[in-house]
Amino acid sequence: MQIKNQMRLEFLSVPENEGFARVAVSAFAVQLDPTLDILADIKTAVSEAVTNAIVHGYGERKGLVAITALMREDGLLEIAVSDQGRGIADIDQAMQPFFTTQPDKERSGMGFSVMQTFMDKIQVESILGAGTTVRMEKRLKEK
Amino acid sequence: MEWIKQRDRAEVYLEGELDHCSAQSIRRELDRVLEDQSIRHLILDMGKMSFMDSSGIGVILGRYRILAARGGTVAVRNMNAHVERIFILSGMHQIIRIL
Repeated sequence: MQIKNQMRLEFLSVPENEGFARVAVSAFAVQLDPTLDILADIKTAVSEAVTNAIVHGYGERKGLVAITALMREDGLLEIAVSDQGRGIADIDQAMQPFFTTQPDKERSGMGFSVMQTFMDKIQVESILGAGTTVRMEKRLKEK
Repeated sequence: MEWIKQRDRAEVYLEGELDHCSAQSIRRELDRVLEDQSIRHLILDMGKMSFMDSSGIGVILGRYRILAARGGTVAVRNMNAHVERIFILSGMHQIIRIL
């Protein structure tokens, strides 16, 4: 499949970068002229993935979060959000609606459910102690 | 954050973005409003909110728990379609009224 455009972004795992990350990916996606609803879906899913990397991947320590986005000629946007944090012990459990490891901090446990609902496809790869990558796809334009 | 009080009801006008980054300060401001124990009902007006993700669900649920313990309620209004989707996805509409 022909690549139309591609980008990579790397930033420190501080909460201030959640807004930066979703706006940056949204600005990139705009090139394919998606609807505002689709852009809002992407912003929300990116926000969830980046928040997970910051809160759960790194927690108290700081590290780098990387986002790569690839835009295909056929109108598909592929996004990968990666951290080199602690990893997820049980991915299936982590993806269950309302599951949270931090109920005391008023976390909703809905992050992965939001990503699943707002994107067309999501895949999570994680290695304990090495990090997590969330890959998501969204069709911005009909073929 | 602007808010008005009428008898046992507080109406709060949320602005800007509600994500994990802003959640803490918004939570603190809402809890300052709820320090007034005579407030039993909270209405969150989202008309000026440009973004919310699942962190917002946590904030709203937390305030619901505080008010439910007082026998009160939380309601939301002027949600945009996107925020409403997150709301319904998380089942929040079953305990928090959409006005």
